[in-house]
Parts: sequence; C-alpha cells; structure tokens
Amino acid sequence: MSSVPHDHVADGHAAHDDHGHGHPYGIMRWVTTTNHKDIGTLYLWFSFIMFIVGGCMAFTIRAELFKPGLQIVDPEFFNSMTTLHGLIMIFGAIMPAAVGFANWLIPLMIGAPDMAFARMNNWSFWLLPPAASLLILSFFVPGGAAAGGWTLYPPLSVQAGMGMDLTIFAIHMMGASSIMGSINIITTLLNLRAPGMTLMKMPMFCWTWLITAYLLIAVMPVLAGAVTMLLTDRHFGTSFFNAAGGGDPVLFQHVFWFFGHPEVYILILPAFGIISQIIPAFSRKPLFGYASMVYATSGIAILSFIVWAHHMFTTGLPTAGILFFMYATMLIAVPTGVKVFNWLATMWKGSISLEAPMLFAIGFLFLFTLGGFTGLILAITPVDVQFQDTYYVVAHFHYVMVAGSLFAFFGGTYYWIPKWTGTMYDEKIGKIHFWASFIFFNVTFFPMHFLGLAGMPRRIPDYAQQFADWNMVASVGAFGFGLSQLIFLYAVLKCIRHDGAKAPAKPWDGADTLEWTVPSPAPYHTFETPPVVR
Amino acid sequence: MGHSNRSGGAATRRPKAAILAAIAATVALAAAAPGAAWAVPEWNFQPPVTTIAEQIIGLHEYIFWICVVIFIGVFGVMFYSLYKHRKSVGHQAAQFHENTVVEIVWTVVPFLILLFMAYPATKTILAMHDTTAPDMTVKITGYQWKWNYDYVQEGFGFYSNLSTPFAQISNQEPKGEHYLLEVDNPLVVPVGAKVRLLITAGDVVHSWWVPAFGVKQDAIPGFVRDSWFRAEKPGIYRGQCAELCGKEHGFMPIVVEVKSKDDYAKWLDERKKALTVAADDPAKVWNLKDLVAQGEKVFTANCVACHQATGKGVPGAFPALDGSKVVTGPKDAQIATVLNGVVRDGKPTAMVSWKALSDSDLAAVITYTRNSWSNHTGEAIQPAEVKLARK
Repeated sequence: MSSVPHDHVADGHAAHDDHGHGHPYGIMRWVTTTNHKDIGTLYLWFSFIMFIVGGCMAFTIRAELFKPGLQIVDPEFFNSMTTLHGLIMIFGAIMPAAVGFANWLIPLMIGAPDMAFARMNNWSFWLLPPAASLLILSFFVPGGAAAGGWTLYPPLSVQAGMGMDLTIFAIHMMGASSIMGSINIITTLLNLRAPGMTLMKMPMFCWTWLITAYLLIAVMPVLAGAVTMLLTDRHFGTSFFNAAGGGDPVLFQHVFWFFGHPEVYILILPAFGIISQIIPAFSRKPLFGYASMVYATSGIAILSFIVWAHHMFTTGLPTAGILFFMYATMLIAVPTGVKVFNWLATMWKGSISLEAPMLFAIGFLFLFTLGGFTGLILAITPVDVQFQDTYYVVAHFHYVMVAGSLFAFFGGTYYWIPKWTGTMYDEKIGKIHFWASFIFFNVTFFPMHFLGLAGMPRRIPDYAQQFADWNMVASVGAFGFGLSQLIFLYAVLKCIRHDGAKAPAKPWDGADTLEWTVPSPAPYHTFETPPVVR
Repeated sequence: MGHSNRSGGAATRRPKAAILAAIAATVALAAAAPGAAWAVPEWNFQPPVTTIAEQIIGLHEYIFWICVVIFIGVFGVMFYSLYKHRKSVGHQAAQFHENTVVEIVWTVVPFLILLFMAYPATKTILAMHDTTAPDMTVKITGYQWKWNYDYVQEGFGFYSNLSTPFAQISNQEPKGEHYLLEVDNPLVVPVGAKVRLLITAGDVVHSWWVPAFGVKQDAIPGFVRDSWFRAEKPGIYRGQCAELCGKEHGFMPIVVEVKSKDDYAKWLDERKKALTVAADDPAKVWNLKDLVAQGEKVFTANCVACHQATGKGVPGAFPALDGSKVVTGPKDAQIATVLNGVVRDGKPTAMVSWKALSDSDLAAVITYTRNSWSNHTGEAIQPAEVKLARK
C-alpha cells in the first residue's frame, strides 16, 4: 500500500471535539454511543469477556479430561461445556473481536468520519449482550444448557430441554447483529472512501472485511433458517429433520454446513487482513502481490460455498458427491498457499524487526499454515473417514482458529493499541505474552493430533487408558495458555491507564495507512474533512 | 533438520538466534514425530486389518510427508529471511512488491501437487464404496447408548452394551485393561469374509467406527446406509461411537471379534442353540423373586443410563421411576408405556419402544421397577401379560 501518501492534514481542531456536544457521561455514554471508536471498544471488550467465559468452559473440559474416569462434572454437563465453549468462542469472542477491529479501523483506514449507519451500529452491538445472557441463562433452566455440540445436530437437539430454545434465540439475535454489522461495513467501504482511494488502493484489512461482510450476509440467514426449522420441529409439529414425518436428519447437516463452512472463512479472513497490515509494517516493505491477495481472498470466499459436505464425509454421501467435495476442498489450498507465499515474499529482503505484533504475525503464519496442512490431510476423504469426529479435527480447527484468528487479534491489538489509547504497550510484556501463548498453545493442541491418530473421539468426557498421557499434557498446556491471557489483560490495562511511553501519531516506521496520520490517541472525531489520497 | 542445525550453530553467539533455533528444532522434531514413532501405538493409527485401513494409512503417510517437505521448505525460507533480513543486522528493505512469474509458479505448482494427491485418494474412495458381492450381512442399529447387531440371514440378533463396571468409571475400582472399550456381546464375524453392514439408528445420529477396519459410517435414524469390511486377521478390534449422541456418548464402544471360519461356525451354532433354549416361553409362570433378579439385569443393561441405578432419574431430563405414578399405578399402563415408548406431541421422546426385548425380559424389568427402591406393589408381571399387550 505504498500508494497511500501521507499528505493528510491532521485536524488541528479534532481534540476539541471531545467536549461540548452534550454527550452523556458514564454508562449512558456507552449505551447511547454512535461513535465508531466507542462501538469498536465495546465490541472488543465484549469479545474479551466472552473469551474469558468460553475459556473457563475450556478449563472445565480440560480438568475433566486430565485423567481417565469421571472426576469433576457429569457427562451431560460436560457436553454442555463443549457445546457452549464452541458457540461462545465463535459467536461471542472471535466474530465480535473482528467486528471491533472493523469498527475502529475501517473508517480510519479509508478516511471516513464514521460508519455509514451510526445508529444501526449501536444496535448491532447492543444485541450481543442479551444474546450472550440467553446463552449463560440456559445453564439455569430445567434440563440445562444445550448439550448437542455447537453444530446442534438433530434429532439430538430436538430431544434437548429448553436450554436449546434459548440457544436458538441467542443465535437469531447474534445473526441479526452480524447481518446489520455487515451491511454497515459494506456500505461504509463502498460509499465513504476518501477521494482518490479506489477499491484497489484500500488497505488489505478493508478488502478482507469487505469480502467477509458479503459472506456474512450470504450465510447468516441460512443459519437462522436452519435453527428456525429446528425450533418448529421441536415445538410446532413440523418434521423437517424427522424421518418418521418425511424429513431427513441429514438435511440439517447440509443446511448447517452451507452456513458453517463460509463461517470458518468469516472467522479467518479479517485475521488475514490484520496480518496483511502487520507484516509489511514490520518488514518495512510494501505488501507483496496486493492484487493477487485480493483475488486469492475472493477465490477462497467463492470456494467456501461449494465445499460444505467435507464436514459430512461419513454421513453416507454418494460417491460422485464425495469426489466433488474432496476435489473442491483440496482446491482451497491453492489460494491459501498464494496468501502464505505473498506474506513470505513481503518479509523477504525486508528490514524486519520483531516487536510483539510481528511476533504474533509470524506465530500466526507458522501455526496457521500447520493447521492448513492438517486441513489438506482432512480433505482427503479416506483419511478423513478415520479422522472425522476425533481429536485430530479438534487439533486442526484450534490451529486455524486460535493460532490463526486469535493470534492475529492479539497482534492487531498490540499493533493498534498505541492509536487507541495514546500509550505504547510494554514491549517486554507483549513478548512474554507471545512466547507464553505460543508455547502453551502447542503444548495443548499438538498432542491432540496424536490422540486423533490413535483413535480418540471428540466430545467424550472419559476415555480409554491409552489416551491418558497426551490428555494430561494437553490439560497442562490448556491451563498455561489460559493463564497466559492474564498477561495480555495486564498489558492492555497498562495502556488504558496510560502507564507507558506516550505514543506518537505513527509509532511504526513501516506503517503507511491513513490511521497513522491522525494523532494518538485518535481524537473522538476524525476525518470530518476527508483526506485526499493520490 | 538441516536448517535447525544451521541456526543451532548461530545459537551460541546470539540470544535471539537461540530462540529461533529452538523453534526450528521443536518444529522439525514435532513434525517428524508421527513418522518416527510408528512403533508406539498411542501416537499413531492402530495396526490395520483390512486392505482399506492399510490404504488409508499409506495415503496419510504419503500426503503427510509431502506436507512436511513443503512446510520445511517454506518455513526454511521464512527463518532464513528472519535471520538475514532483519533491521537489527542492518538489512535495508528492498521495495519490490510484485513478480508475475513467481506468482504464476506458486499458483500452478501447488495445483499440480494436489493432482498427485487426488489420484490415489480417488482410487481408495472407489474401493471403499464397493459394497457388492458380500459374503454376509449384518444390520447395525445405534441406540442411546448401545448397539444392536442383527444377523439378517441367520435370523437372530443381540444388543451390545458397555461392560466396564461403573465403579471403574467413578474411580472406586482400578481401571481394567480395556477400560471403556469392552462390551458384553461383541459383534462376531469370520476372518476373510466380506461383511456388508447395513447401518441405521433408532433415536439420534450415531456413528459406527472401528479404526483397524477403516470403517466409519454414521447411523442415521430413519435411513439405512451401507458399508463393508473384510478382516484379514483373527482378533478382537475395538472402536467407539464417533458422533455425539447424548449423555452416554463416550460409553458406547464397539467390539468386533474376528474368528477363524471354524470358530465362527461353532459360535454361530452355539448362538442358535442358546437361542432355542432361552427362547422365551411366554407361557412360563415365574415367581416374584426370579422376576426381580432377572429384571435387575435387564434394567442394568437397558434402563440405567437414563433412569439411574437409584431409580431417581435425572431431574429435568429423565423422570424418576422411584415413586413414579406410572410405575406404582395400574400395571397395564406401565406395560403399554414400556412396549410402545412415550410419544409427546407426535414426537418420540428418549423413552423409546422396547418391543425388541423378549416378553420374559420385559415382564422381569417391569416387575423389578414395581418392586424396587420405595416401590412395593408386590405384583409379579408374567410374560403372558406382556405377550397379550403386544397385540
């Protein structure tokens, strides 16, 4: 993105805008805010809290699995833990974090004063806390929380108690929130770019979010449809998924994964965007292959619609169907490879420095690629037949979701927190956080490959003795990984309390996007007069 | 590995390089581990006993090593770049940002590599799906939480339940060698025979999986899927249900005993004889004590997962039998409930129909529930009454 010059005239009056508008103070400021920075902050804090809640569930799971035998929780509660851990991490932690980054950064990166629909932006956020409350509340209703896995497969989910209904409503609300957020992002990106910023001059983060937003609009209604059919099957006598009434349980799986596969790209593409900002900045070199990055991201997004049945290779699909979905899935390796090669080529012959954001970006690159390779192995149907629903799959998706999305969000936080708070984070603490996360992540999830190979099914509260050793290792790693995130909280709080060096407008000499042209912390209102991009 | 040696040499000189070398070494080791540790079973696939399972392992090994080579190559480049092109060693950034030839090469080459992976995979898929010309057929039905094996051509079938005692699961007794992977009645098949499996489920989705056979097939209620295996070696092979199916999902193992042709014929014979002996004589009149004793066995095998050994059920999910109005009320209503299951609002509930059990077993288990815990009806239900109610 060297094509974005730094000729923006910093708004000298911006600092005054914080005052004199009759803004509510205290809690009402946050409830009524329509400011993209406030809403971004809300999203990020919400996602961090959900990350802690989902993390506590992971603790429970790993504590139970520390040794063979039932020790801590009963099997039904264990199933609720795995189910809610998945739902909360996906819909409560990763997706809102990505939207938080989008809210903070998209207007700043394209020189817009705010998001296109500021009030809808407020509404998209404030749908989330009630949705999360429903999920938490479901633990306290008769029958307990949903326990059929985050995939909610019927007929098991039809058997469940009213916790499942609360989960369905929570998904509806979170879906509505995502759709509104996406409409907002698309409209902002297409209409509010500063003069001269053509689509092909947008920072890569904006591109990946534009594509993500389209994916969201395409598939969230599909999920809403699937869970609504579940709801009517449960309560209103329909038989969409009940063979006795002419339905088919596998239909749900098809509809769910038609949402579910694009969903995994919804979770990872914004992370790709963040990485595509960090790597050039710390390599002091423009992003290699900008255009091919855009095409590769679009290619991944399009392919994501025709690979869903690779989650269903053991359901008994016709041979022709299996071959089609296997080939299509393998094909995703091509555009994903292009992205990885582009990032490496960006680093090649750069002038690399290894601050915390870059460490997380490299950690991302390394571990995400490992997860990509296990994904390729899983695409091979005969091998997948052995791995389907085992810990190998658990290892695979944690490599792409935790070391992928989450590491990118950590990196992004360290990268932009000087802009958000006006204070530099503590480099030493950031590095400790990275190494602790990196090591404990691998201690937790690498052994899960072995468990899957040896034949341990996922979602079981107790296991045969030959799986004991690696489970113990994984549990130790999980507690280490979870506790390491307190370091992150500490680093962030230090910045918020302005305990650290004052951040200049542009703390990274290799960064070249528009957000670095406004002062740090970014004033409450920015780019009321659009900058001119040549 | 060559790479880790190289940066390892540098490690003595610079602390940062030491960290990099450590990562490189860890990854090289970790990546090589599954290959290097073939002999240690819990790191890798179980030894295969069908050609399909063998092909799967071969396929995995082949693709795994391609991935390892690419991984080391790609990240070798990255670590080289991290080492050489750093600001702290004074490297000046070049400013190139595209190269059409390179970009085409790294699009086309991975595509070609994929073709080399797709070809053998396709061959195995076609073999896996060829269920024609079987020597015998077994119908497998998954239930919450046990398996039923029906020898279609022989005209008999049986349930297969977890046989690990609860005391082992709750850590009151030391765990046995086959903890959680043992059943009361394994599926028995002859060696070398092509066994066609017809797989379905009675309640929710289950998945029948025996790793050593390379067979994993979801059991879908209301639909029959098929699969097959031909076990090449006699022995006992163990697997587990692979699709989350509720509370006891982790406790419904699969055990297959592969016998020599003669042993299998003997087993088949014994089974059939036992069948005629045990064949339920619904006319027999039992006394209360025998009914309760037999009923407890039936209860433990079939009912205990939901209604619990204490008869208290699981509040909110599975009703208590202890003090239940149905159990202590008129016996005909309870017989009907157990025979037909409970249907609420036109939907089957977790209380399924138990018609598959014999008249004697049903009479026994109903008698047991009516005379256990705080229930003291003192009534003995006779098989004849159950038989009558079936109509």
